[in-house]
Formats: sequence, structure tokens, C-alpha cells
Amino acid sequence: MTGSSVGLGACQIAELVKSKQISAVEVTQEHLALNEFYDSALHSFLEITEAAAISTAKEIDAKIAKGEDAGLLAGVPIALKDNLVTRGIATTCASQILKGWKPPYSATVVKKVSGAGGVSLGKTNLDEFAMGSSTENSSFGPTRNPYDLKRVPGGSSGGSAAAVAAKFVPLALGSDTGGSIRQPAALCGIVGVKPTYGTVSRYGLIAFASSLDQVGPLARNVKDAALLLQVIAGHDPKDSTSLVDATPDFVSVIDHGVEGLRVGIIEELVDGVAPMVGEALKASAASLTSQGATVEYVSVPAVAYGLSAYYLIAPAEASSNLARYDGVRYGLRVEGQDMNETYVASRTKGFGAEVKRRIMLGTFALSSGYYDAYYGKAQKVRTMIIGSFKKAYEQFDVLLSPTAPTTAFELGAKAADPLSMYLSDVCTIPTNLAGHPAMSVPYGLGENQMPIGIQVLAPALGEANMFRVAAAIENDAPPISKTLFWE
Amino acid sequence: MVDDSVFSDVAPQFLPGWEIVVGLEVHCELRTKTKLFCGCANSFGREPNTNICPVCLGLPGSLPVINEQAVELAVRIGLSLNCTVDESIFHRKNYFYPDMPKDYQVSQYEKAINENGYLELPLSRKIVRIERAHIEEDTGKSTHVGGDNGRIHGADHSLVDYNRAGIPLVEIVSAPDLRSAEEAREYVSELRSILVASGASDGKMEEGSLRVDANVSVRQLGLSEFGTRCEIKNLNSLRSLVRAIGYEAQRQVALIESGGKIIQQTRHWNEDQGVTSAMRSKEEAYDYRYFPEPDLVPLSPSSEWITEIKGRIGLLPASRRERLAVLFDGVSSGSTFDQIVTAVNLGLDDLIVGSVESGADPRLALARATNEVAGDLEKLSNLTVEKFSDLIKMESERKLSATQAKNVLAQMLVSGATALDIAKAMGFEALDSSVIEDLVDQVISSSPREWERFSAGEDQLAGFFIGQIMKLSKGKADGKVVTSILRSKR
Repeated sequence: MTGSSVGLGACQIAELVKSKQISAVEVTQEHLALNEFYDSALHSFLEITEAAAISTAKEIDAKIAKGEDAGLLAGVPIALKDNLVTRGIATTCASQILKGWKPPYSATVVKKVSGAGGVSLGKTNLDEFAMGSSTENSSFGPTRNPYDLKRVPGGSSGGSAAAVAAKFVPLALGSDTGGSIRQPAALCGIVGVKPTYGTVSRYGLIAFASSLDQVGPLARNVKDAALLLQVIAGHDPKDSTSLVDATPDFVSVIDHGVEGLRVGIIEELVDGVAPMVGEALKASAASLTSQGATVEYVSVPAVAYGLSAYYLIAPAEASSNLARYDGVRYGLRVEGQDMNETYVASRTKGFGAEVKRRIMLGTFALSSGYYDAYYGKAQKVRTMIIGSFKKAYEQFDVLLSPTAPTTAFELGAKAADPLSMYLSDVCTIPTNLAGHPAMSVPYGLGENQMPIGIQVLAPALGEANMFRVAAAIENDAPPISKTLFWE
Repeated sequence: MVDDSVFSDVAPQFLPGWEIVVGLEVHCELRTKTKLFCGCANSFGREPNTNICPVCLGLPGSLPVINEQAVELAVRIGLSLNCTVDESIFHRKNYFYPDMPKDYQVSQYEKAINENGYLELPLSRKIVRIERAHIEEDTGKSTHVGGDNGRIHGADHSLVDYNRAGIPLVEIVSAPDLRSAEEAREYVSELRSILVASGASDGKMEEGSLRVDANVSVRQLGLSEFGTRCEIKNLNSLRSLVRAIGYEAQRQVALIESGGKIIQQTRHWNEDQGVTSAMRSKEEAYDYRYFPEPDLVPLSPSSEWITEIKGRIGLLPASRRERLAVLFDGVSSGSTFDQIVTAVNLGLDDLIVGSVESGADPRLALARATNEVAGDLEKLSNLTVEKFSDLIKMESERKLSATQAKNVLAQMLVSGATALDIAKAMGFEALDSSVIEDLVDQVISSSPREWERFSAGEDQLAGFFIGQIMKLSKGKADGKVVTSILRSKR
């Protein structure tokens, strides 16, 4: 079943395609075939754009035949989280309210990926509007974990993470507002990166919480993730929050080693995680020490308040960002007797329970008389968290923590208890509040035979050191010695 | 409740013992090339929903990028209104309405780009404080079909045109410093002139380039506390503004005098019926849930840039009036000054100053501009300073009579031809005084008895002689010349 390119990394595939050892069309067809066979069990994709993928692959082969540069991602299959708008291709955010909507334009990252020769195979599943940590909140049904179909892949970029882990694609794009790239990467045993806020354009990323959202790569190894970040990073005049700094070379730094780097383990994020996760963290720290880094514990006290601040700021912004889905211009409309009834009926039917919960939370937090106590206070906590990190980064180049407190849980285990679900993101949220980069790198399996992720955090624009440390952890990590559901 | 229909629509009414307090919010569309946050053209009158893009339609995933030209024009407004121009941020004003694509409006709330300025009214010299002049995006335009008078309640269906969505606006908020409908009119009129002179606006109220909301309250004379105010929305002409304030003040006074209480509310002005009616009360007011717009970064205009902008602002109305006043011994009140104010408000001052510089008589130029040219402003582009100045000179040199000059000027505005050509074509070449003297002699000899009586002091016969002479000259003789010849021969 598996063709010669399935299971290879992005860098390898691009090399083979450029050197004409394999054609982009073959690579595409091999990956599409795997999807075709097995995704019904996994449900990582919401839509597969087969015809477009093959025609893109043909163009790349034609370019290469003419001796032209086909780009960093020449012929590499890639999956796009379905909150990235794609011209003429349905973009749903896994919500009934956007079902059938075909955007008239493409996100900047989507254009960059195709400009670099990437071949999009389709749109992946997510928690509705990226709100969730298990992909169970998709209104089109959950995605499953490719290492155990009874378990969740994490979320909200669960479809992207599962597709990469299942070898359906070597690369995927996700979005991370509070951990939505890193947590599913950890739960699926792959690499996931949330870049510094402003490094990657948000133009065409359907907003959940604008001040926290960031697009980033998911891949099966650190180098591939760095390669994809290289492609999508850079200033975009269409995004006012996009940074103007020149993009550094992320790929070349990863084998620079960690000799002399100062690594701090965040004390506050060690207690309260599953023991097997704690063990993995210690082992990864020991491995870094053995590779020449200095590792110490450090207190970053304000991270303890991250979750509370996040669940005011993110819903507040979401309540405003999601107001436009009102049944007037696009998406679902449920006719009422008058304008207000139409609004209410459309939104009642179109949004799922978690989205409604967050819209209400956010609306309340911004209400007159409550603003200062909730949204205003949360913004102060955010400033405090930035200050707390700043202090830690005076002594350390990067910080370390678990990515998620547990390994992948079973479907339904937390669905009825929003608060315990929210706690899945306790380690990842502070980074988003600070606007810093962080990534998850796999570190073997827990006693339940499910993958564990280690989170590497860095100060703003500290991606180079982050990638170096992640690569060092990856070099020395125990393998994920378990077969995928289809293997 | 007082029946709204009892008030006359003649405004302003004199309300003995009461004082009207007015604060105005003027929304000014900026004359930029493109919209506030996207590259769509800033234009008026296109087919509905043809001047739109993902950004101004608020499509999922789209993001705003601030238009630098809009910021510059906003700064020009701030500087022209003596405001402090400083770092500012954008907020989102959240409420649901179909003509608002994102169901929030991007506006400035806490820190406006321009704050704490003032404007001086030209006639009363009153200082009106400007609290702020902030940037915001316009909404689309709803048309409600059927039902109650074009309003959404009771309409059969509504149409929305998003062409206007995202047009840059500056909202200029005055302090409650105005004390009559007439003052409010003078304020808006002066503000309009400033906005046009600064290059920020085309000032076209009839096209919606300027839209006014009026906060009106009344209080008994002598009281220092303000009464409860009502906000009248969308007053789109100076006439509506004056009528609406007059009506609203009368309504409030009548309500209070009959023992009622003013409820703070937003009111709608009905132009046809000449009344305001309640839209929503304070209790029903939206909670806009303002919060900082996370998709935009703070605006921090540098002091160098502000200085550059200052240099690009043209002459403002006050300087323009001064420039005219020096031609009239620095007049600062009276009918000549009123004419000067009118000339500046109508943008005719360049014409007058230019013609005086090339030798035209100032008083005549001012009169012809504010009377005749003002009557046909749309045709102003047909008139050059040179042509206007030639006409004024012909009139003051008595080559044209006053009536002839007015007729020639009217034709000049229509056709754009020179005064001389039109005067010739109309047969208006004035007779020189020797010809007129011959005519005077002819009339005297044909009416010796009347001449005798006139010479003896019967002044009322002057009319008879002038009439006869004008008849003989077929209207070409200058009345003033005729009169002086008659006098000299008596």
C-alpha cells in the first residue's frame, strides 16, 4: 500500500522531487491514496481537494522539467487547518454556520505555501472555530488519534496533527491561540510550533482571539517544522500586527547543538502533571545536560494565572470576532419574523455549545460595569506574565515544560466537563499571552503507550535557540515504538 | 405625554425664561483616495455593492490596515481645530446591525488622535470647545422598503449597500457650548469651511459627506446645571439642524412646563413632519462593549510628520476672512463683514482677492461675488479670476451699468466666455459720456417746460428725464453718468 514517498519527511521529499528521483504527481497520488483508504477511520480531513492537488503537482513537475526553481517545498503534500481561507474551496471552521461558504480569497500563508511548491491535499478538522483541546467540538464529528482510535488527537488543530502523525501528509498548518498546535502535536507524537506573535501573517486565518492567534507548522521532525516556518514567516502588509523584522534562517541553526545554552525548567508547570509526563521532562532535561546545556529549575510565578486570564481575554475577543456570523451576508441563515429573530435563530442553530459558551463568557467579560473587573484585570495579568517571563529570560535562553499535563485521553472523557478540558492547555497558554514562541517535540511513549510532548519556550524572536534545543531533544529522544492504526 | 404635533416647525422659537444647550457630533467623510482599511476606492454614487472587497465586507479572515492618508487628513482636522494631536488607539464598538459587516465598528474611544481643541464662531466670536475629533469607519447604507417611513421597524424588507462600509470618517465632538439653533448653524457652517479649507472634506452635506447628530437639552435661565439631553440623529442639512433643534427645545420646554420629565433618549428627526420622535431610551441603549481593537496597532504620528502636515494645510477660514477684511479697513462686524463671512463660507474669497490684486474695486468685487456668483455656485468653475476682474473693472469704469454687469456675469457663469464678448453679444457696450450728453440735450430741447420746472428744483422730475434718455439710448446709457450730466446742466 505505502508508496516510496509515504513516511518520508518534507525536506527529503522536496530533494527527491527536485532531483527528479520521484515526481510531484507520484508523491501526491501516493499520499492521496493513503488518505482515501484510511481517513474514514481517522477523520482528519474535512475535504480532500484531489483534482487541485494533482494539477498543482503537475505544474511543479513541469517547472522542474524546465529547470526552474520549484521552491523549498517542491512537491511536498501539505494539509491546511480548515480555519485558513482558501479561494473557491469550502472553509468551515468546522462550524455549521460557515458550512458551504467558499471564500473569494486565500490566506497569505496558503499563498506562501503554494508559492514554495507545496501541494495542498485539503482542509483538516478542528474544534469549531478552534475552540477546544480534543477536536470533539467539530460540528462534523471528531478526529481520532492515529495511535489509538479510541483516543482524541488533541485540539484544536487535531485534524492537522492526526494527518501528519498518520503519515497522510508530511506537513500541516495549524493555528495556536492557547496551545492548539502544540497540545495536539504532543498528543499525536509529532512536532508543532507556535511562532512569535507577528512572525506569520494572520491574513486569511479566521480569527478566534486576534491578539493570541498565530499560524504555525506541524511536522514529524524538527527540521521539517523549521522548513515550513521558513516558508510562511515574514512581514505581510495586509496584517498590521505582522512584524517587519527580516526572517532568520531557522533550518540552518538546528544542528548547532546546545553547548553553553542555559535551559530553565518552569517549576510551576511541573507539579500537577501526570507522573509519566514529569518523568519524560526530567529525562529530556538530562539529555540536554549531557549534550552540553546547563539545566536548572526556575520559577515563573505569573504563569499560574495564565489560564484564568486566557479564559477572559480569548472569549472576549471571540465574542466580537464571531459577531459577523449573523445570517445576513454568508453562511447559515435561519429566517425569523424580523431582524433580531433572524440573528438569534441563525446563531442558535449555527454555533455549537462550546462556541456559545465562550461567546457568552466574552460578552459578559466586556459588559459595562464588568469590564474593569474581568477584561481589564486579565490584561493586567497578561502584562504580569510578560514581566515574569522577562525575568526568567534574563537568566535562561530557553525554558522547558511539559506540553500537556497528560497524554491523549479517550473520546468523551472530558467532553462533559469544560473546566478539565480547559486545563489541558495550562502549560501552553502563558506563551500565547506573552506573544512568545514555543514548540512541542515528542519524547517517547508513556506507560499507556501514548506519545508525550516536551515544550520548549523562548523569548520573542528566540526561535533559533528554541529550534536548537528542540533538535537536541529530538536527537536523543526515545522512539515512538508503536504502530499507527493502519500499519 | 405631550402631543408632538402641537409644535410649529418654524425654528428657532423664542422660549422666554429658558436656555437651549446644544452639543454637536459632526461626522465628516474624509477625502481620501481609498477606504480606511482597504484598497477600495472612496467614491460616491456607484452601483450598490460593486465597491467592496473581503476587508470592507468583513469576510472571515480579513484584517484591517490603516490608510495613512486618512490619518494625515484627520491630523489636518485636529490642527485646524487647535487640538492636541497625540498617540491614539482604536477600539471596537460592538453592536448588531445589518449594514455593519463585522457587527462592530472600528472607532477611537479612549485615546482619540485629536483632543481638546476649539473653534471660534466668526460673527459672535464665541469660542466653542472641541472635545475630540477621532477616526472611525463608516457603515454600509440600509434602505428599508415598505412600512413606517423608511425605518426598519415594520419594513417589508431591507436592502443593504456596503459601498460606503469602511469609508474613513472623522467625528468631531463639540462641548455643550452652543446656546441656540442659530449658533449651532453658525458652528456647523464654520466647521464645514474649516474642513474644506484644510483639504480633509468636500463638505457636501447633500451627499452625506457631513452628517450631524445634535445633543439638545434645555434649562431655566440662570441655572448652571444641565438638563437631561436627547440626541437627535442624522441631521443632513443646515435647515434640518436648525428646525430639529428648535422643535426639540420647544418639545422639552413644553414637556417640563406641563409637569413632565425629560427622558434621556435617542431621537429621530422626521424632515417631512418636522418633528423628532423617540428611537430608544437610555435603558434600551446598546452596551457597546468597547475594547481595544487587537487587529490594529497604536497610531503614533511623529512630531516631524505633524509639522510636515501643518505645512500642507491651506489658508483656514479665519485667515481668509482677515485677508478680505484688510481690503475694507480691517472691518470686523456689520454688513460688509457678514458678506466677507459668506464669501469665505462659499469659497469665493480667492476670486475676490485675486481680482482686487489685478486692480478691481474691492467693494464691487465683494458684492458681485456674494450676490451674483453665490447664486450660481455650481458654475463657479466657468469663472476665472481674470475674467471676473475684467467684468468688475468694466462696471467700475462705467462701461457697463449695474444691471448690465449682473446680466453679463450671469452669462459668464453659464458659458465661460469673457465679459467683453458677452457684453458685445448682448449689445451692452456702454455709450461714452459725449454721446450721452447729446442725448440729454435732445431730451431737454424736446421737453422745455419740464426742464424749466426741474431746473427750478422739482427733483421728482429727474426720473422723467432719466427715463427718456434711457429710452433713446436703448438702455445703453449708464444711469450714474446720466444723472451727473443732468445735475451739471441744471
